Amino acid sequence: MAITTAPGTTRPGRPARPYAERPRRATGLGRKVRDNLTGHAFLIGAVLCFVVFSWYPMIRGIVMSFQRTRRGETTWVGWDNYLRILDDPSFWPAWKNTLYFTVLALVLGYAVPFFVAILLNEFRHAKGYLRILVYLPVMLPPASALFLFKYYAYDPSEAGLFNAILKALHLPTSEWMQSPEMTMPAMVIASTWMNMGSAVLIYLAALQNIPGELYEAAELDGAGIWRRIVNVTIPQTRLILLLLAMLQIVATMQLFIEPLILANGAGAEDSATSVAYLIYQHGFFQNDLNGAAALGVIMLVVLAGFSAVYARLTSKQD
Amino acid sequence: MSVPQYRKAAALALVAGLGLSLAACSTKSDDDNSDAGGKVTITVDCQPVGSQKELLQNWNADVAEFQRQNPDIVIKSVSVGEQCNNPPDFTARLAGGTVTDVFYGYMTDLQQVLDSGQAMDITEYANKENVPTWDSVDPALKEVFTDGGKLYAVPVKNYSMGLVYNKVLFQRAGLDVNNPPKSWADVRAAAKKISALGNGIAGYSEYSAGNTGGWHFTALLYSQGGQVLTPDGKKADFNNAQGKQVLQNLKDMRYGDNSMGARQLLQWGDLLTNAAAGKVGMFVGAPDSTQAIVSQFQGKFQDWAMAPIPGQDGPAKGTLGGGEGYFFKKGLTPEQVKAGLKWIAYQKLTVGKGQFDYVRAKPQNYPVGLPQPLLFANGSEAQKQELELRKANANVDTANFAIFEATPVAIKGEPRNAQAVYAVLDAAMSGVLTNPNANVDALLKTAEDKVNQLLAAES
Repeated sequence: MAITTAPGTTRPGRPARPYAERPRRATGLGRKVRDNLTGHAFLIGAVLCFVVFSWYPMIRGIVMSFQRTRRGETTWVGWDNYLRILDDPSFWPAWKNTLYFTVLALVLGYAVPFFVAILLNEFRHAKGYLRILVYLPVMLPPASALFLFKYYAYDPSEAGLFNAILKALHLPTSEWMQSPEMTMPAMVIASTWMNMGSAVLIYLAALQNIPGELYEAAELDGAGIWRRIVNVTIPQTRLILLLLAMLQIVATMQLFIEPLILANGAGAEDSATSVAYLIYQHGFFQNDLNGAAALGVIMLVVLAGFSAVYARLTSKQD
Repeated sequence: MSVPQYRKAAALALVAGLGLSLAACSTKSDDDNSDAGGKVTITVDCQPVGSQKELLQNWNADVAEFQRQNPDIVIKSVSVGEQCNNPPDFTARLAGGTVTDVFYGYMTDLQQVLDSGQAMDITEYANKENVPTWDSVDPALKEVFTDGGKLYAVPVKNYSMGLVYNKVLFQRAGLDVNNPPKSWADVRAAAKKISALGNGIAGYSEYSAGNTGGWHFTALLYSQGGQVLTPDGKKADFNNAQGKQVLQNLKDMRYGDNSMGARQLLQWGDLLTNAAAGKVGMFVGAPDSTQAIVSQFQGKFQDWAMAPIPGQDGPAKGTLGGGEGYFFKKGLTPEQVKAGLKWIAYQKLTVGKGQFDYVRAKPQNYPVGLPQPLLFANGSEAQKQELELRKANANVDTANFAIFEATPVAIKGEPRNAQAVYAVLDAAMSGVLTNPNANVDALLKTAEDKVNQLLAAES
């Protein structure tokens, strides 16, 4: 959004004048602030929100991770909380579960929306209705959507929706969330269904920006649908694909609501325990907010490291 | 107004609005504990929520009557939604420093409240002057809220667990409702018959998620004569014959007999919802679980009865007890503490008033006649009065709880760091209830290692 007093922009009714051509005035900080008062005023709101709701809690969390509170007395304990968390028998299984979910979500939750978007883009009729249909699950509150899966789709008896379908197809039924092997795939299916709509719309927007001539040229060269996807669609939407891949990985690493609702927490034999759920356990059930903070910082470092590596790799490619 | 001016005004309004919002979110000042008239004001939580119409009416009537009797005290009631049933909400309020002056907690919360530094030592105020029935309150319950010789909370509820069973399903399965199972072998046999009724009915149902699995493992272990931790509280003590028996019994019923239903990973509300729907023959619970079945999950009182928790081959060697109390926030004035104690005394510890106003509760949809809350010591004057009043106003068939009351089982409290230990034990419970090939020994060993690690870190 353009801010009217920003240097170099146009005020209504006045000709634009490069900043350098303006009469020279005092250049102190106060003058700069005054010159851009409206812009700063708008900025203050956003900055305050970040300070209060994001940065302060983050810094507070980092500080807490080096402290221990007992009997109302807070003391500095160095790396103790981190060592304790690393020793937690659930620590590595939680990371294993989380990474497994992330990989499955990349395979299923990342690829499916892309191909659904391609399909929708190919339709000539009822496009609007189909888009609404795909987007509808996003409008459902996540908790409601997950309860639907929990009680109707994943019911382990033969009355469950998925089991009824499997039975009708003469396929073996599953215990879904009660089976340690099926816990993660089941959570990914539910998560993909819930979140697919937004990704599909973004992909669709990207697909519609691809010049039609490219497809026409490919067709003239005899390219089939698969070749057109590989040689035109994917290269043309590469930036969006990479961006969504990073967002998807960061989001899936914070897996929490799915185990909380679908698996009632840890799931069968801890098969649903994610890192975020372990943080919740430490903070809210084990009277260990400092340990929870340490685990939170570890997660922050891992995700920040991943994002940095990702940013570096993608910037090199560009 | 020109566009730039308009934008400036909008920006300033935005900043001012944000500032006001932040000010509104900031902690309320503590300078309103007494007004100009010398009145003492205290805030108290766990006021029933709006959907609990009768309970809310009762609470408000109690506040009005108490303030009429004590014109120098003002009670500010605070409803905290699900806090009273939900440990995470409680933890958040405690960590955020937003608990009320007099605040509710479980018996297992003492350590957490002490660590938060928000509990006030009320030893010198807890006496007959402020709580007339204080000498009748069971000393064992006072002890639960005592640390280092200092009292931090007043007990307001106490329960012990038994075997809750559905009389209708018992009759349909050809079982004698007056002769409920006395041993786990009896439970297994009865569960088989009940589940044979079909239609998704579980003969016996059990928790295994949301820390409730560990909670019930503890109750079942006590029935076997076991204990969760060593007496010094430093080591796990359930990886033994008794612990193994607990899991083996469940595994046998779940996969040997298929008498526990297909739906597992149940937590509190899940099991009670199934029970209210007539899909559960038996489960381990406290007397007030029948109240929850009726008031929250639309079941019927007359369908349910209760027996002592079974033992392995005969009477149980112990059962789990628990309860609730009210803590006092650090920094209260002596007048506020006294006012808080008087309120708790009136609403929770006076026969004929508040929770013991059985005359008022009788026509309402809340049970009178349950063997609970077991607050007063055996033989005390208050206990005699409470039993008489309960009997005279019972609106549930007390015969349904007669066997449970007539056959007391030794009550054992919850282990140190209970919620953390329960979270670990959930995995053992879910293991035997979701995996037909579960290795009981391995599950117990894993849980033992985790609990030992947890206790070592804690110390």
